[in-house]
Amino acid sequence: MALDRVSFDVENGEYLCVLGPTGSGKTTLLRLIAGLLRPDEGAIYFDGKPVNRLEAHDRNAVYVPQQYALFPHLTVLQNVAFGPLARQKPEKEALDAAWKTLEMVRLSWRAKAYPNELSGGMQQRVALARGLASGADLLLLDEPLGALDARLRLDLRHKLRELVKQSGFTAIHVTHDRDEAMSVADRILVLRGGRIQDHGVPPRVYMRPSGIFVANLIGGANLLEGIVDTVTEEISTTRMRGGLMIRTPRAPLPTTEQPVILAIRKETVEISSRDIQRDNVLKGEVHEIHFLGSFREYLIRLTNGDVIASCRFLEGMESEFKVGENVTAGFDCRDIIIFAYPRQGLRKELEIS
Amino acid sequence: MPKLDIVGVSKFYGNITAVDSASFHIEDKEYVCIIGPSGCGKSTLIKCIAGIISPDRGEILIDGEPVKQVPIEDRKIGYVFQDIALFPHMTVRDNLAYGLAVRSAGADHIGRVTNEMLDLINMRERSKSFPTELSGGAQQKVAVARAIATGSYLFLLDEPLGALDALVRAELRYELKQLAKNLGLTIIHVTHDQEEALSIADRVIIMKRGRIVEIGTPAEVYLSPKTLFTENFVGETNLLEGKVLEIDGGRCTVEIGARTIKAIGPGRELDERVLVAIRPESVALKRASGNDGEEWRGKIRQVTFLGSLTRYLVETEEGIKLVAHATTTSEFDMGFHVEDKVGLILEGKHMLLFSYPTEGLEKEIALE
Repeated sequence: MALDRVSFDVENGEYLCVLGPTGSGKTTLLRLIAGLLRPDEGAIYFDGKPVNRLEAHDRNAVYVPQQYALFPHLTVLQNVAFGPLARQKPEKEALDAAWKTLEMVRLSWRAKAYPNELSGGMQQRVALARGLASGADLLLLDEPLGALDARLRLDLRHKLRELVKQSGFTAIHVTHDRDEAMSVADRILVLRGGRIQDHGVPPRVYMRPSGIFVANLIGGANLLEGIVDTVTEEISTTRMRGGLMIRTPRAPLPTTEQPVILAIRKETVEISSRDIQRDNVLKGEVHEIHFLGSFREYLIRLTNGDVIASCRFLEGMESEFKVGENVTAGFDCRDIIIFAYPRQGLRKELEIS
Repeated sequence: MPKLDIVGVSKFYGNITAVDSASFHIEDKEYVCIIGPSGCGKSTLIKCIAGIISPDRGEILIDGEPVKQVPIEDRKIGYVFQDIALFPHMTVRDNLAYGLAVRSAGADHIGRVTNEMLDLINMRERSKSFPTELSGGAQQKVAVARAIATGSYLFLLDEPLGALDALVRAELRYELKQLAKNLGLTIIHVTHDQEEALSIADRVIIMKRGRIVEIGTPAEVYLSPKTLFTENFVGETNLLEGKVLEIDGGRCTVEIGARTIKAIGPGRELDERVLVAIRPESVALKRASGNDGEEWRGKIRQVTFLGSLTRYLVETEEGIKLVAHATTTSEFDMGFHVEDKVGLILEGKHMLLFSYPTEGLEKEIALE
């Protein structure tokens, strides 16, 4: 089953990102909305009117596929003007509009080139421009930045959102890249195995994900296994491997002896060589250091063998802590999200495909 | 153990120079990443080293020996590329054994090494699976293990993680690095993903239009790059145009519009047209205060939540647009909102000076 009872709505003018691993049903969903596939069950409405019976070209939507299907014998400008011309727009008007759209994607200087003379990234932008110029109000973008180098993606994702917003489109953008999703989306819809896992604004999905899979997919949290030890009015404690105790939040209602997963964002974990004042202060040893440009990620092996990651921004050339160094890792109760231990095990729960 | 020397290697296609006099040295057991925009020549270069393409000029030496005198099959170079090339009709075990069988190793040897490889990638229980039954990430691990099984010590990886989902990529890159370090392999890894390179490489080689622009450790190329191209390519950055007003040792006072800032910039000249580079995470924001004349002030134009960071687009009173990244402090507290007035703190020690490129800024930092 490619999609399983999926229901959601998209507001007029909204930018929705559908995030999910390969095979989660993202493309199927887009093609259903575009009218390129028929649903076996359920209905799709545009402005409250069912469109199930409408052919793709009668829907006010344009599908921009991942494999940019440009006409090889037409120039870039002709490719972009194709939609408006096919709908009997006067030629001058269509070409003017196409030119403007090309300027937006910064490719007007290549207007006379043929697709095979362009880089993959440029071809993808031409395909995008063709979608933008098509006259449809709903853009269905399938990995629109997928063929681009990482650095170019970074630049273009902000521009893409600007473009969509300025022109008043409603957009549904499919991607497997969480950073991209968070950068462009008003709301994010997380899909897995054809089912919706979460749907909400980026801060909510990041800070209060619906489950372990989403917590891991969006931003990669520390996931620690434990068993709820005590529960009081204000606080609970969780017993980790080796008897290590962690003070955890009261909600969402853990019960004593319940196996749980504690999700803790890496940037909320403090690392220090001194004693620190946090709800939880754990001793450990720096095990690995990853330099990621704007920050370093420290993997700290705790005394019980568990590993916890901490991110530190704005360090200089040298890392502040060294591999093998004894450190303390600290984090507060409120930064812990507590999840019931998944029935099929953690590994299975996190599996991407 | 392999040391690698690339000496003046060039490759031409008609009048296009794909690789232009590349020279560098790679130490035994070093993990080197080559990055650069598409078309920069990184794949051509690695194919030259692999012996798949022969360079038009220059020499490739492994342990001091010119490699072109050694037939490809005897070079002991492992090569893994983006498209996972496992045999679909063979199990994981048979795929791993294949390279050894081809080299007509004995059955005992093949069995032992294959088991070692299965353990290495933690896939003994999947040994009877066929490639299509595995995830993309697992398939790529088998491909890497198969290359390792042949007993090579020098590995050329061409976008080995390119076909994988973002999350799988991020996990697998550390496994790859760990594997290389545990086994003492020498690795050259080509990637278009600068973050991947920074996170796992001992050194990074940055290429642009066939040329090597810069070689350095990840911290060097990110924090004190020698070129403007590198500064922009390895991460997002703000570039402010200005003029050198004063020079004091290695520090310069730079005039930017009606304001001045101090930045590190050895070798600059008075009145030189320069670009001041400052990364978004080094632009600190605070609530706008009263009338501190020294302070840069602006308005928040755009707020984007990025998870551990929030990205702000700020427009200063002078009309300069800057991107600032602030760490997310607490739930739903985005810190600032659109239209908020803010003060900007630009720390001199985080700013770098580059001379204004003669060919223009856009051309200099172009990504395609």
